Amino acid sequence: MTDEISLPGRRKALRCMALGGAGTLFALAGGVFTPIDLAVAATDPSRAIPAGKPLFVQISDTHIGFNKEANPDVDATLNRAVDLVNGLPDQPALVIHTGDITHLSRPTEFDLAQQMLSRLRASELHTVPGEHDVTDPTVSEYFNRFRKASERRGYYSFDHAGVHFIALINVLQFKPGGLGTLGDEQLAWLAEDLRGRSASTPIVVFAHMPLWTIYQPWGWGTADAEQLLSQLRRFGSVTVLNGHIHQIVQKVEGNVTFHTARSTAYPQPTAGDGPGPGPLVVPAAQLPAMLGVTSVSVVAHPHTLRLTDRTLA
Amino acid sequence: MNPHRSGSLSALLGMTLVSLMAPAAQAAAPESTGVVMKNFMFVPTSLTVDVGSTVTWTNQDGEPHTVISDSGLFRSAALDTNDKFTFRFEQPGTYHFVCSIHPQMVGTIIVK
Repeated sequence: MTDEISLPGRRKALRCMALGGAGTLFALAGGVFTPIDLAVAATDPSRAIPAGKPLFVQISDTHIGFNKEANPDVDATLNRAVDLVNGLPDQPALVIHTGDITHLSRPTEFDLAQQMLSRLRASELHTVPGEHDVTDPTVSEYFNRFRKASERRGYYSFDHAGVHFIALINVLQFKPGGLGTLGDEQLAWLAEDLRGRSASTPIVVFAHMPLWTIYQPWGWGTADAEQLLSQLRRFGSVTVLNGHIHQIVQKVEGNVTFHTARSTAYPQPTAGDGPGPGPLVVPAAQLPAMLGVTSVSVVAHPHTLRLTDRTLA
Repeated sequence: MNPHRSGSLSALLGMTLVSLMAPAAQAAAPESTGVVMKNFMFVPTSLTVDVGSTVTWTNQDGEPHTVISDSGLFRSAALDTNDKFTFRFEQPGTYHFVCSIHPQMVGTIIVK
């Protein structure tokens, strides 16, 4: 892979496809999106993944504490995901967890999840809570454990390798009808955080619930997301990473790329396919191919980020 | 516990979860009636009960649900499959509640 900022041609896309392993690959170059939507069967999982060194890996919806039919052993699949990340030829500097760390907000579940995630070789773990993480009676378990998040009730930002990361929380308030909410206080904080930043700074925003409306009847969206987007549109490269829906859905709107991640615990049905967003039972042999993580690397620094979805099988 | 004391205790507890029935009130014993969580809905969506009734919510879904009153009057922890939550309604009124994990699920208890 070269470092040029250009639209990858079909020949290069095919070469990417041949070198890549399981998963979906797409590239954003210089603010212009070229959809290379590939689903490659895992013919040889040992092949190295190409492109730049992963900047970070997104892991999501680990649901430690879940033990029903869709996956009787979520600990094992999380451990496999950790092994997958630890086995990458180039280690990411950061891991970002986009929430639903636990299934029932219980202390034992948080303990176990933190223990398993501590096996990651990456030196930094950044998290946001999912709605499953904030059901304890005093809504304090998550915030007591993830200290950086607790300073501002779950939202924060940091910089790494020239990329500005913004962690948002959209599971503490909810609109009747089910969509997540960012709230005025958080949006005001964001305005201050972005003030004066150069439009050429690559931005990565992560939050649990989708920051665009994927399917309103199941609450797959955030009611005040447009107020967020209006603040982000001036930037040349914005990547929005969410979880919650346990499957990959992506969208590009101008310079903004939206991407939801797979779970490491269990899949969910596609929008509207069934009574609600519950665990989807699949044959055991099929399960690992529906779970996974997403790695994000910088290509043609500083403007472009490439997302690579990897499955457990 | 003599009836007078239990009466005072009930009054004190007022709006909180009660696990003991007031022995003196047996003649007009409050009923325990139920709401289930099934297929991402509260069933029935609206339930009418008498003052003093205890309502039991039972989760019959594979996903956890919670029962959170709009007014802050009652709040369950995350209820896994087959877990229950109960609340005794001492005052008449209309009480809306929602599942905080799936806020598209809403219901109402009407206490008369």
